[in-house]
Amino acid sequence: MAVELPDNVVVTKLDELASWCRKNSLWPMPFATACCGIELMATGASRHDLARFGAEVFRFSPRQCDLMIVAGRVVMKMLPVLQRIWQQMHEPKWCISMGACASTGGVFDTYCVVQGIDRFVPVDMYVPGCPPRPEQLIQAIIDLQDKIQREGTISGAEFETATRQMTKRALQELPMYGRQ
Amino acid sequence: MPAKPETIAALAARFAGLSASEFRGDTRVVVLKDSLLAAMQHLKSDGKFDLLVDVTCVDYLNYRDARDRFGLVYLLANTVTNERLTVRSFLNEPDLTVPSMVPLWSGANWLEREVYDMFGILFDGHPDLRRILMPNEFAEFPLRKDYPLQGRGERHNFPVLKRNQA
Ligand code: SF4
Repeated sequence: MAVELPDNVVVTKLDELASWCRKNSLWPMPFATACCGIELMATGASRHDLARFGAEVFRFSPRQCDLMIVAGRVVMKMLPVLQRIWQQMHEPKWCISMGACASTGGVFDTYCVVQGIDRFVPVDMYVPGCPPRPEQLIQAIIDLQDKIQREGTISGAEFETATRQMTKRALQELPMYGRQ
Repeated sequence: MPAKPETIAALAARFAGLSASEFRGDTRVVVLKDSLLAAMQHLKSDGKFDLLVDVTCVDYLNYRDARDRFGLVYLLANTVTNERLTVRSFLNEPDLTVPSMVPLWSGANWLEREVYDMFGILFDGHPDLRRILMPNEFAEFPLRKDYPLQGRGERHNFPVLKRNQA
């Protein structure tokens, strides 16, 4: 059965409409702990202009953000803070791990630096580099936008899938001292 | 500027077992642990060393020709005459307690907390001897040479947040 629609009316799914709105107005939470943070600032500033991708509103309150960008190494004392900030953000929310340090600990393979934040908080995108160029971070945001558009649902059901809950391999294989 | 010979001589006359040396314009004295507080009091009141630049420590475990385990280092300065003096004192386990220098130079407060945090040296009389860099529940002293660089797994002992636990 054909439905007559005027030219200026488009039909879509509600999920896709919601994802389209979400992906184009990401509000980043700048969790900048080290040198990568400088590159994060450059990304937001006029030369690289993150505003072109709708993600220029950096908010320093996690309650107003939906994209956490972890830029820099996270030490043992900072990790509980990171986790609390992540929990304070409202769903739907995403996380970008920016730079070698946030993703793997980088060159700081020492007793106090967490060897990759993805062991303790869920990460959606990794940006390699030390530090990554602003273009790389922008690419990660574009990729994240694609991901949101592709699998986003209005109910957030995509966050509940089994693959998203999986424990990281590094975490399964590493000996965990003092943990029962 | 190195410390004046009369400063060193006055110190050596009062404290037995003190050895002094000079290397490229830096004067160093080694005092026995038992006379550390008295020597520092003397240096502050008579030697007029009014600035405590740094307190730090060296772990000599497995160090060539070392006889003692820890070497405590105090860097002093006289801001009027520009004299500088390094005071060292050696400690051995199990007695790792030294008198705190906070009553003499209040700037020693955080410096001694750092030495406690990293090496486990206890400062007797310190007003607030807590860890300063590591988390409070951390149980080791990470700059000791027998502590592995990558730690004993403390950096992995955190709750893991899954995607649906917000
Ligand atoms: S990845 Fe490199 S630039 Fe980024 S925080 Fe680590 S050391 Fe700094």
